[in-house]
Formats: sequence, C-alpha cells, structure tokens
Amino acid sequence: MLGKLSWAAIPLDQPIPLIASGMVGLVIIGVLAWVTLKGWFPYLWREWITSVDHKRIGIMYILLAMVMLLRGFSDAIMMRSQQALAFQSPGYLPPEHYNQIFTAHGTLMIFFVAMPFVIGLMNFVVPLQLGVRDVAFPTLNSVGFWLTATGALLVNISLVVGEFSRAGWLPYPPYSELIYSPGVGVDYYLWSIEISGAGTLLAAINLVTTVLKLHAPGMTYTRMPMFCWTTLATSLLIVAAFPILTATLAMLVLDRYLGFHFFTNEAGGNQMMFVNLIWAFGHPEVYILVLPAFGVFSEVVSTFSGKPLFGYRSMVAATMAICILSYTVWLHHFFTMGAGANVNAIFGIASMIIAVPTGVKIFNWLFTMYGGRVVYSTPLLWSLGFMVTFVIGGMTGVLLAVPPADFVLHESLFQVAHFHNVIIGGVLFGAFAGYTYWFPKAFGFRLHEGLGKASFWCWITGFYFAFMPLYVLGLMGMTRRMQHYDVAAWHPWLLIAAGGAALILLGIGLQIAQLAVSIRRREQLRDETGDPWNGRSLEWATPSPPPDFNFAVLPNIQAAEAYWGMKQHVLKQARLDAEPAYADIEMPRNSPTGFVCAFFATIMGFALIWHIWWMVGLAALGAYATFVVFAWRDVDEYIVPAEAVARIDRANRGARSEALARRQAAP
Amino acid sequence: MTTIEAAAGRDDPHHLGHDWESPYIQHTLGHAERGLASKRIITAFGFWIFLVSDIIMFSALFATYAVLVGNTAGGPSGRELFNLRNAGLETAFLLVSSFTCGIASIGARAHSGSWFYGAMAATFVFGAAFLSIEVREFASMVAQGAGPTRSAFLSAFFTLVGCHGLHITAGLLWLLTMMAQVFAKGYRPDILRRMLCFSLFWHALDIIWVAIFTVVYLMGLAQ
Repeated sequence: MLGKLSWAAIPLDQPIPLIASGMVGLVIIGVLAWVTLKGWFPYLWREWITSVDHKRIGIMYILLAMVMLLRGFSDAIMMRSQQALAFQSPGYLPPEHYNQIFTAHGTLMIFFVAMPFVIGLMNFVVPLQLGVRDVAFPTLNSVGFWLTATGALLVNISLVVGEFSRAGWLPYPPYSELIYSPGVGVDYYLWSIEISGAGTLLAAINLVTTVLKLHAPGMTYTRMPMFCWTTLATSLLIVAAFPILTATLAMLVLDRYLGFHFFTNEAGGNQMMFVNLIWAFGHPEVYILVLPAFGVFSEVVSTFSGKPLFGYRSMVAATMAICILSYTVWLHHFFTMGAGANVNAIFGIASMIIAVPTGVKIFNWLFTMYGGRVVYSTPLLWSLGFMVTFVIGGMTGVLLAVPPADFVLHESLFQVAHFHNVIIGGVLFGAFAGYTYWFPKAFGFRLHEGLGKASFWCWITGFYFAFMPLYVLGLMGMTRRMQHYDVAAWHPWLLIAAGGAALILLGIGLQIAQLAVSIRRREQLRDETGDPWNGRSLEWATPSPPPDFNFAVLPNIQAAEAYWGMKQHVLKQARLDAEPAYADIEMPRNSPTGFVCAFFATIMGFALIWHIWWMVGLAALGAYATFVVFAWRDVDEYIVPAEAVARIDRANRGARSEALARRQAAP
Repeated sequence: MTTIEAAAGRDDPHHLGHDWESPYIQHTLGHAERGLASKRIITAFGFWIFLVSDIIMFSALFATYAVLVGNTAGGPSGRELFNLRNAGLETAFLLVSSFTCGIASIGARAHSGSWFYGAMAATFVFGAAFLSIEVREFASMVAQGAGPTRSAFLSAFFTLVGCHGLHITAGLLWLLTMMAQVFAKGYRPDILRRMLCFSLFWHALDIIWVAIFTVVYLMGLAQ
C-alpha cells in the first residue's frame, strides 16, 4: 500500500537530524499559527501564492533562496566544525551522516540557493528594464517557481522521512547505483532535481522569449541594459543545458528503478558516460549562475560610478562568447579519466580561452569606475569584493586547467577552495549586490547601509579565512569530503577555516539584523521618487514599489541608458514632460495553476521516491486535470481602468516634481 | 569630425544618443521602431524554444545510444533484432499523420469543422497505429529475452525509442484534449494559438523519428 515507506523511515535513533527537523517543524507551525491568527491566509493566497506578477514571483524566488541559504549554511557549519574536531578522533558526525551533509550542502547551494536567487533577480528586474508590463508567459512563470519550491521541499522532507543522498551533489555512478546506494537517498536527490529542473527550464523559456520578443518601442538589442543581455545568455544556457541534466538523471532513474544498464558495472554499462553527460550540463551551469551576477555588477558599478558602462559592446560580445565557450570545456572536470594527452590539451586550452572574455569584463568594470564619481555604497562594496575575489578564483581555475597540475590537485581541497572562490565571490556576492541594489525598488524603502557594510566585511574576511586555508590543505594533499584524518599538519589550517565559517555566520546574522532594522525604520529609509540611487535604466522610471502594470504608459526608447536620457532631458528643461494620455491596461489574471500543479508534483515525487505507484498515477491524473482546467479558462485578463492608472502615476509624478524642485532650489 | 559626432560630443560625451534635440538622436531613431510582438508570435516563439530544449534532451539520448550501441554484453545486436519493414511502416504512418496534422491546422484556421475534426481524427489513427507497432516490437523483443535489462545497448535503445513513443502518447492525449477544446470553445484566437503549438510539437516528433529511423534502424541494420 505505501511502497517502501514505513515507520522505520523516521530516524528516531539519530538525534541531530531529529532535533534539526523538530526545530524546522516548530518554525513552520509557528509561522502557520501566526498567519492564521492574523487572518493573513486570504491575503497570501490572493496576492502571492496565486500571483502571476513577475515582481512577486521574483521576490518569492529570492525568499526561497534565502531560506535555503540558511539550511545550506548550517550544513557548511557542521562540516567545518566536524573537520576542525576530527583530528585523530571520529568527531561528532558519523560517516553516513557526514556524507549526507556534504551532498545536501552542494545540492541546496547550487540548485536551491544560487539558481532561485539569480532567477528571482532576473524575473523581477528584466521586464522593468525592458520597459514592459510582464514576462511573455506569466502563468508558466508561476508554474516554474512552484516546481522549484517542490524540489526544495522534497530535499527538506528527506531530513525527516528517510535519508538524503550520500553520493555528492552530482551523484556519480556506480556508487549512486542501486547495489551501492540501496536506500531512498539518491531517489530523493533525483526526483527533487528532475522536478525543480523542469521548473527552471520553464523559467528560462519564459525569459528568452521575454528578452527577444517583448520590448518597449525603441528598445533595440544594443540599447538593452547589460543585465538583460546576461539574462538572455543565462536563459539560453539553461535551455541548452538543463535538458541534458534531465536526460542524464532519467537514465540513472531507469538504472535504479527498472534495472537498466546505462552506468552499471555489468552488462556493458559505462559510468564515464554519466560523468561526461553530467558535466556537459554542469559546466554551462556555472556560467548560468555567474552571468546574471556579472549583469548585476555591470548595473551596480555603472550606477555608483555615475558613468555609462565602459565598453558596452565588448561586454555584450564577451557575454555571448562565454555563452558558447562554456560548452567546450566540460572535460576539464575529469582530466584524470584517461582521454589522452591530446584531448586533455584541447580542453585545457579551451578552459584558458574562456578566461579571456571574463578578463575583458573585469577590465570594463575597472574602466567604468576610472574617472567616475564613485559612491561606496553597499552594492558597490559587494562588487569590489567580487572583483578582487573572483580574479583570485579565476586564476586558480586557470591553474587547474593545466592537465598535469590538475592530476595533482584533482578532488583535493584545492579544488573545493577554487569553486567556492568563484561561486561565493562571484555568484553570491552578485546576488547580495543585486538584493541590496533592487530592494528599494521591490519594497519602497532602502536597506540599512551601516549593517549592510558590516555584513559585507564579515562575509569577505570570513570568506578568506574559511577558504584560503583550503588551498594550502589541497597542496598539502588533503582530499575533499574527509570525515576524519590523522595528519597533524592539517589541523591548524582546518581550525582557521572553521573560524572563517564563524565570521561568515556573523555576516549572515548581520544581514538578518539589517532586514529587521530596515523594516522597523522603513519610514526614514523610504524611497519617495522611485529613483533612490540616481539610476540609469528603466526600472528606476517606475514608482517604488512599481504598480502591477509597471509603466502607466509604455516608454518610448530613443537611446541607450533610456532612463538616464529621460532624466537629463527633464533636468535640462527643469520640469517634467506633459502628462501622458492614460488608457485602460489589460493585465493577466492571477491563477492557482502553478501552486496546484506543484502540489501534485510534490505528491508524485514523494510517491516515486517511496515506490507508491497508485499515488503516482493519482498525482499524474491531478496534474493533467489542472492543466485542462487552466486551458478551459475563458477570461485570462482583467482591466486596470485609466482613472486608476492616472491616480497611481500622478502620485509618482508629484513626488518626482517635488524632488526636481528641491534639486533646483539647492545651491 | 562630422556634424553628428560634433553634436554628440558636446552634450553627450558617452555617445549614448541622449541629447534629445541633436541630429545624433535623429540619426539613431531610424531602426528603433519595434515594440511588443503579437501574442501569436510570442506563443509560437516560446514553444519553439521549448522544442529546442526537447530536441537537446533527445540529443543526449542519441549520444548515449551512439556510445553504448556496441556494448551488447553477449546479447543480441540491432542487426539481429530490427525489422526494416516494421520501422518503414512506422515511418510512413508518422509522416502521413504529420500531413493530416497540417490539414487540420489549415482546417482550424479556415474554421472548417469537417476538415479540422476529420484531419485530427486521421492524425490520431495514424499516430495510434505507429504506437501499436512500436509496442508490439517492444513486446516481442522482451519476449525473446532482449529487454532493456539485457545489455547497455538495449537499455539505450529502449530509452531513446521509448522516449519518442512517450512523446507520441502525450501528443495523442493533447490531440484529444485539443479536439474537445475546439468543440467546447470554438476557434478562439487563444485556441488557435494552442493548435499552432500542437502542430509544431507533432512535426518536431517527426523530425526526431527521422533521426531515430536513420541512426537506430538503418545504421543498425547496415552494421
């Protein structure tokens, strides 16, 4: 009746996961009780859960990413403390638990922190920057988000019911095959990633179509802000890379569920096929993560230097070059496969070539700052921290791209240090820069600067203390994923690394404090005009937070950096342009399709993991019925009347006129 | 220095075209007329992007098949298992169904019930005929002890061809839903856009089948 599921699946004998899940459960019950007491359910359902507004969906993506960051980071703290303690001692985490922790850490941080963070930023910002009212497929957007949430939920259910994979964030066979990993851990991994991967693919299809087909009049490709370009490149990479992930994991599913022989040791299976396929996805994936961050830095550096982005066209070219080159380097993840010297040399050289467009970008940012009036705000600090840190990570990457060096450093802590160096220094710093930069646009008030800066300094020093020792340890021969060790020389370095992790914890605490303090002091931090940073692209032409329809009248774009041009024009004539003629606006109606669909996907994923076949069938039927109901709708848009549009726009015009008058009055 | 550059240089040091009255801005206006694309274009374009992703998924399966095709582990190879007559028949059915699907699209656009329902029904029949041959082929292979668990080659074969078969099954379900929807809602613009996506999907499955026919059956029998 319930497949493999029984009471034995609850880890009553293991205190750590039990306490952790108990606390998570208490928090969830607490939040639900609070929401019920306050009577917020109808509001949440109406305004958020069923919302198809790209801004709301973007915010929910980022919220998901932040919550998962806490979970992923607690895994990190456990690993660092385990390795700090486990010198000639078993530490406090048994091996089978430790292996689940490093697997969960990698899986969560890549698929449920970095991915939703960058997709959330793209979702929120891109339609605003393009001067349009929504993405190409608003309901599909909601489905994509909720499927991602399903994946995250399944990973977290594994904490209480059953176990998680021990096979690393990319589950290499034959270890991940049924004979070596008979439990449900790998199945939890497979179905969460399959489901959330489908959601990510939908998000990317939506964004590609939005960037290529939805523009305000006059928004030609070379007038698009840099962030739109990096969104396009990232979304194209997702469209071309995620299907490979889907297919590869599906093959592993077939091996495990139906006894196929893709990657097994017997009957002609070839496990290196898995490794090749997964990295044909995995290498583009790192650029999927970092390109949007590059876009954020381009916006932030240009805004806070008061200058247009230096070398816009070379930046576009570099972005698209990375987009293509990222498919030509996957083999550098396993030079030790034995492909031969010539093959390794080709991939080594390709990996070094990809550093060239990245270098172009770094110089462009530096030259953007050169001669500018640089404002050292929190987003700019994250950008500067990125430039220094990412260059170091990039150089150790080029070192790893040399096959003989790679043979020595493969699967050592040097490699762990390298990819944390680029992912924390690149993606996470970019996500935080974007979060601080666009927060006032999303919520109408700025984040507290002092706490933001304090958090930045904790993060960056914490990062160097936590990961520079890992380079040293890698060169000393320490391999990754060690539960305990007996080499005395390693111990001090691991203690330093644990200290670094504690500093990062302090940084995260300060970020939480920053959010709480900013909410309390929101009246002082209010953004009245919608343009708190003296911005250059169109999102700053809207009020903060923007109305559902973003723009009262679609802007007519006449040049690059559209909003900067409009602003200079207004300053020159010392008054706003005449009030436009307002018209009714059609907007997509909310729909519970995404949420209901994810509900069935969660049940289906859970049933597949535990082999509860009747439930799989029922959930599939439910998902199909959801789509049919959605397809049968007769009204999919509602009208915002012209008077309402006028009222909202006049309020913002009033605030902007006042700001203009203040500016004129100032000496 | 031309007049355009001179004008741009004064008020617009970064050449962004921001000096509203300058000849430079007039100069850049020419190619900036595109706004939002129509809903039909947006829907079809988005669906194309989805099809691209689907074809890339198949390309991963093709690559795996190509790598594992020789790994028969002492079991039968494609040469012993494949039947060109069956595969040819399947190809013929699928190509004809694509043709009738095209007729159905034209019928829908012309709001002609008889052409639309007739051609959709024909598409369903040919699609179902294709599927039944495939299922029979699979069943007979399993009965001979040449199921997907026999060897890596057979795992790859069943996955590649079966994945296409699953797409056809999903397509048939979509086809029936589509017919029911036209019946219930008529030829509304949003329904016609959906029909456009369905026909794109069906033709794309044809393209994938042509690759399967060539790579799996023709090359398998030629070995």
